[in-house]
Amino acid sequence: MDFLADVIAFFGDRANWRGANGLTQLVVEHLVVSVTAMAIAMALALPLGLVLGHVGRGGLVAVNVSNVGRALPSFAVLVIALQLSSIGVTPTLVALVLLAVPPMVTNSFVGVQGTDPDMVEAARAMGMTGRQVFTEVELPSALPLVMAGVRTAAVQVVATATLAALVGFGGLGALILVGLRTGDNVEVFAGALTVTVLAMATEIGLGALQRCLSPGHRLGRDSPQETSKSSLRVSISSR
Amino acid sequence: MDWTWVADHRGLILELVRAHVELTVLAVVFGLVLSFPLALAARRWRRLGGPIVSATGVLYAIPSLALFALLLPWTGLTRTTALIGLVSYTLLILVRNIVAGLDGVAPEVFEAATAMGMRAPLRLLSVELPLALPAVVAGIRVATVTTIGLVTVAALIGHGGLGQLILDGLNRDFPTPLVVGSTLSVALAAVADLTLVGAQRLLSPWADRDS
Repeated sequence: MDFLADVIAFFGDRANWRGANGLTQLVVEHLVVSVTAMAIAMALALPLGLVLGHVGRGGLVAVNVSNVGRALPSFAVLVIALQLSSIGVTPTLVALVLLAVPPMVTNSFVGVQGTDPDMVEAARAMGMTGRQVFTEVELPSALPLVMAGVRTAAVQVVATATLAALVGFGGLGALILVGLRTGDNVEVFAGALTVTVLAMATEIGLGALQRCLSPGHRLGRDSPQETSKSSLRVSISSR
Repeated sequence: MDWTWVADHRGLILELVRAHVELTVLAVVFGLVLSFPLALAARRWRRLGGPIVSATGVLYAIPSLALFALLLPWTGLTRTTALIGLVSYTLLILVRNIVAGLDGVAPEVFEAATAMGMRAPLRLLSVELPLALPAVVAGIRVATVTTIGLVTVAALIGHGGLGQLILDGLNRDFPTPLVVGSTLSVALAAVADLTLVGAQRLLSPWADRDS
């Protein structure tokens, strides 16, 4: 396997790690834009979904927003964001935030709505205020699904940040694109491998965190999508 | 929007829509063909269930552009590369929904079928699968809509259907093909979703209507 030997040699060559287009720099760029986009998206999506779930309004919108989000090709969102804003990191951030918001809104809404009504009633009967019911009962009960939404969104953001190289943002996608343009399969493969490791680390790392935060629960990611009986279990997983 | 461009390229646009639909249908059909045995194996041997679902989850996490790129040394810039990538993304959704659908069959129904002397294959085909249909179709819907969006990314390896228009618009900094490609892609997803809902209602008229 000469090809794989070349790929290993690519990673072994220190020169490929240094400089403005070195692997280190590209990984850092990829991570910084992903984390920034996730921070903005979480600040927008989680309060919205949780509050809507608490007051029980806007369910149709909250649940369907992720279906619409799934139908929007991330590639198109990126390119359209490029047309509408200036160059630089802005279009990438806008597109990533747009893609990350829907699964988190849906999951936090569904998580709060799915709280056992008996528990909510018991909490009210004990004299808890609306705010207390929310923080002491609904929030802990929603946590596994909220985390599942964050995980789905984060994996999607890391994945889509790869495409952002197309609209002039660096990141690991740049390595793949430059390689594709110059016909350098080793570079393409090395870039793809690095970003795959990054995405899997996100998936597995957040999966572990999710398990820590939800002892005794089945993982949200395992719940079926839109089975007929419980359309409220919809949720999850778009790309 | 430059409508004369659209009028001049009607043939190309139709051709790309056809390619987009073809790639989506192939990916979902291959995905189903692979998912059914995987889901049945996951149910038959419970210990395999976790690893099977985790493996499809890991596949799902690979960025689409990276997955296409990883396949390049082996399958090159062919439609096969695009198809392998697209099929692998359908597995997580399909396997999980098939398992959930089969698990949702009421135990009494299952026992009644067994008590009537049905053997496992007949019971599966004539009792369990029809009852699992709503969940399976729900999975097919999500897989189809997701695939339609992902096909656009395959434009980078030359097999992106409407994604070719988006890429063209990007490369030439000309918004018309971009808008046409994106809009048609979203419209295609909506039409596919509605068609599948309709098909499910025809096939399982007894099921809940609110799904």
